[in-house]
Amino acid sequence: MKKYTDQGAKDTRSGFGAGLSELGETNPNVVALCADLTGSLKMDAFAKDHPDRFFQVGIAEANMMGIAAGMTIGGKIPFTGTFANFSTGRVYDQIRQSIAYSGKNVKICASHAGLTLGEDGATHQILEDIGLMKMLPSMTVINPCDYNQTKAATIAIAEHDGPVYLRFGRPKVANFTPADQKFEIGKALFLQEGSDVTIAATGHLVWKALEAAEMLEAEGISAEVINFHTIKPLDEEALLRSTAKTGALVSAEEHQMAGGLGESLSATLVRNSPCPQEFVAVNDSFGESGTPEQLLEKYGLSTQAIYEAAKRAISRK
Amino acid sequence: MTDLKDLQKICSQTRRDIVRMVHAVQSGHPGGSLGCTEYFVALYHHMMDYKAQPFDPDGKNEDLFFLSNGHISPVYYSVLSRAGFFPVEELATFRKLNTRLQGHPTTHEGLPGIRIASGSLGQGMSVAIGAALSKKLAKDDHLVYSLHGDGELQEGQIWEAAMYAAANKVDNLISTIDANGQQIDGSTDDVLAMGSIAAKFEAFGWDTVHIRKGNDMEAVIAGLEEARSKTGKGKPIAVIMETAMGAGVDFMAGTHKWHGIAPNDEQLAAALGQLEETLGDY
Repeated sequence: MKKYTDQGAKDTRSGFGAGLSELGETNPNVVALCADLTGSLKMDAFAKDHPDRFFQVGIAEANMMGIAAGMTIGGKIPFTGTFANFSTGRVYDQIRQSIAYSGKNVKICASHAGLTLGEDGATHQILEDIGLMKMLPSMTVINPCDYNQTKAATIAIAEHDGPVYLRFGRPKVANFTPADQKFEIGKALFLQEGSDVTIAATGHLVWKALEAAEMLEAEGISAEVINFHTIKPLDEEALLRSTAKTGALVSAEEHQMAGGLGESLSATLVRNSPCPQEFVAVNDSFGESGTPEQLLEKYGLSTQAIYEAAKRAISRK
Repeated sequence: MTDLKDLQKICSQTRRDIVRMVHAVQSGHPGGSLGCTEYFVALYHHMMDYKAQPFDPDGKNEDLFFLSNGHISPVYYSVLSRAGFFPVEELATFRKLNTRLQGHPTTHEGLPGIRIASGSLGQGMSVAIGAALSKKLAKDDHLVYSLHGDGELQEGQIWEAAMYAAANKVDNLISTIDANGQQIDGSTDDVLAMGSIAAKFEAFGWDTVHIRKGNDMEAVIAGLEEARSKTGKGKPIAVIMETAMGAGVDFMAGTHKWHGIAPNDEQLAAALGQLEETLGDY
């Protein structure tokens, strides 16, 4: 890596926990709700330091979303915490009516998203959540790439007035973004400049995109790597600026192809300036038990898969 | 405190508004609206401490009300307008394109008086609990009221909320159940019998109040005042309020058939003939 080095593996959920704790000190309106997964969500520190502002709701996610919506009346900023599966699919109607349609300032914070939840298997590995959330009018959808960025994003969404879906994960992954980098919602980050192909990645696959770019560089292929930490609103300008230069796109995400980042990018391209696109995403399939790395390999989300997709995209120019 | 006769006059006008609104667009839910007229009028003209103008969506230092069974929007809209939240003339826009008076209530179009969207059933108790917790955090000793259909209690989220409110001593909440025994497909006993609603809430740790004559203004006020006297004692309060769906219009009363059906011209005339115009039609 030229610009980015792994500062030591950390889990993105701990970035959320750290960000929430900081908000506990700086913003008295922030309250946190959890559906019996306080430890898994790394909300323990907030719960310990601010017991009056922490609400354990038990295994009752629908009720949690409704309570969060109600707490905004009076000016509180609720952060709900549970697994991504239970943060979205299980409570879609509650989010739709009581939060999104009602315009409530709730931050839906979702851990253990995607395949990298690992051994628990497909019941818990939601791969449709970005799609579910981005379809809701007014919902902001964010999927940061590492510990530092998840912490920064957690802090940033408290300042944003409106519902937000913040997606992060369970395993320890490379922590490579600067600790002091301010998070700007909706502003994609150019991590590496290149001229032959654009790799647009989100979440855990951003680091793998950088690894793939290094493999490509060894063969003389220049890849531009962009971190689309915000899927909605989408930074269309960043995408089009890059593909105007490279003429080929790879999207990479730990999500179904349908409804994901790649689909949003595709829609932007066809409305503006089409170019070949290859998708690194799960293709209409549920996951299964396994280690995170095994699952990313089996379902085509590895560094090698991104590398191969880039070569395919370039060959289709 | 508005005196009893005045409250009853408001009820009569509210019922006229309900049947006229539903008739005008040939859609909407008159049955539950008519049945809950005394409750709404008692709430907004006797029980609650609130400010209609200017409307504060945050409702700080005010009592709050949440309608969970949003389909009875006609009674809600009539009472809000006649309590001064928005012009009475706007009732004529109910369910029409570009209206703030959507089929089911919403904050989305900015209608004063509404603080949450409802319609998809079972969500309002959770929201009311959230607002009640927010008041406790703000050291605001005002109360939160919510209304639910009895059929709505078939939604599981209600019982998640009921369990939470008791376990966490949300004692600034008064949730009323419109026990009319009817839902769209028939009587609640035929569709999905619920047994004793009061016993269920008591088993969940709530205090309960029973209003046997939910279409008698004096009984409704007495019941709600009793409920208010029970707040602040460590338990949420459930008011089981027996009403007749369609109350106030003889041919609509006591049947599920007018749950979501609009009267035709003749039926409207017959209904209005039973309801004195007391405050002026919109």
